[in-house]
Amino acid sequence: MAETTFLDSTELVLNMGPQHPSTHGVLRVILKLDGEKVNGTECVIGYLHRGVEKIGENRTYQQFAPYVDRMDYVAAVSNGLGYCLAVEKLLNVEAPPRAQVARVILTELNRIASHLLWLGTHALDIGAITPVFYCFREREEVLKIFENYCGARLTTHAFRIGGLLYELYDGFEQEVKTFCDMFIPKVDEYEELLTNNRIWVNRLKGVGLLSAEECKEYGVTGPVLRAAGVKWDLRKAQPYSGYEQYDFEIPTRTNGDTYDRYMVRMEEMRQSIRIIRQAVDKIPTGPIMGKVGKVVKPPVGEAYVSIEAPKGELGYFIVSDNSTQPYRVRVRPPSFVNLQALDRMVRGGLVADVVAIIGTLDIVLGEVDR
Amino acid sequence: MGKLFRTVFLVDLLQGLWVTFRNQNPKFIYTEQYPAERPKVAERYRGAPRLNIKPDNGETLCIACNLCALACPETLIVVGSERNEATRRKELTEFTYDTSRCMFCGLCEDACPVDALELTQDFEMASYTREGAIWDRQMLEEGPKPTQYRN
Repeated sequence: MAETTFLDSTELVLNMGPQHPSTHGVLRVILKLDGEKVNGTECVIGYLHRGVEKIGENRTYQQFAPYVDRMDYVAAVSNGLGYCLAVEKLLNVEAPPRAQVARVILTELNRIASHLLWLGTHALDIGAITPVFYCFREREEVLKIFENYCGARLTTHAFRIGGLLYELYDGFEQEVKTFCDMFIPKVDEYEELLTNNRIWVNRLKGVGLLSAEECKEYGVTGPVLRAAGVKWDLRKAQPYSGYEQYDFEIPTRTNGDTYDRYMVRMEEMRQSIRIIRQAVDKIPTGPIMGKVGKVVKPPVGEAYVSIEAPKGELGYFIVSDNSTQPYRVRVRPPSFVNLQALDRMVRGGLVADVVAIIGTLDIVLGEVDR
Repeated sequence: MGKLFRTVFLVDLLQGLWVTFRNQNPKFIYTEQYPAERPKVAERYRGAPRLNIKPDNGETLCIACNLCALACPETLIVVGSERNEATRRKELTEFTYDTSRCMFCGLCEDACPVDALELTQDFEMASYTREGAIWDRQMLEEGPKPTQYRN
């Protein structure tokens, strides 16, 4: 082995995070750099580990519901929906139609809120300061609807097993419709700010390429997969909560770079508005809570339910041993799986693009670490 | 040719600047001047817990059934009760609510059969000590009394 000195070594190992603002939480990435070029990365996760799955084994089915909100805390409603659907599958009950429509409206609103937060912070990482203020301004309107509906803005605990606890408040429909009308011009405004902007295009086009084949190998789902050209959306592929009634499209792009993922998410927000508009016009009357006893005691068995969360496929696997507490709860979080592709996307690129790629993956560390 | 024109005359950047210019209007100010201006929270807001009392005689509504303590995922509620031999009823002696561990999920409120325990619209619950975050029965009945700032 040849003698190496410090001067000979070309590789610089640099720690990025866990207290780095653009890692969107407490992600630590060990970067192996050759000058500006990234030769490899290693993710260190677990700084936000709270043992949510283990907590689930020590709580009753109802008691665990507020905890799932705290995994992907920017899309808490989607988390709650996945969990409630999984327990309902175990119990073999279905939420009443009114609850299902209300669930669709709230989850789609949450998808918009999540994408708005992503857009704001992603643009901030790239260097565009303005969108974050505009995005948060519109996100505030969504959060106000959540607060009026269930009394909390972020970790909503909006859904209960078997339906919804709270009846829709007076003026809910009107408020949602007003938001829809207000929001579409705002999306155009963000696009006006960013889509053609030369700095934005130069920073994003061709950065963080991930082909459809690679996406499938890594198990990447959500907008990242759709930007690579795969038309896969669980809302269409295996409809849940009545998604088959709504007319919407799955936006796809072909290049699979960061710019395409941006375009896919922008189009997804428009499609969400389309779903909300259809849903709000046909909220059926009737009960909002299904017939579920005070004590939830599912029969022995297991259930896996996956939904299309804003970040990708969110799955819940619950094993029941006929007691009031789950025997095992396993969560398949989209962020955790998508984060695996980081190394592939970053390798060979520039160190400045690492920030853009972490942003475009839209990870939430609460969900990665659980 | 069109692309060259757009590049030279910075059309894309001016387009963005025009958006920010349109949003300059002072009527689009969304900042809330918090301590001076009180935010309006929703009717269903889940904030500081309160143990309701009958307004006419000040007796508690709580029947010491312990359901809230059982419903709480964090088991932060402790209900103390004592059997009154004269009325043959359970009576509430003490009620402890650890707000430092509370995540305001509202399950205790749902569990309460007599609407005695309620999560209110109060949201200013800061305290200087850890012990201050553990609320006893008196604190729960009176509610937090934060300093009101005005300018």
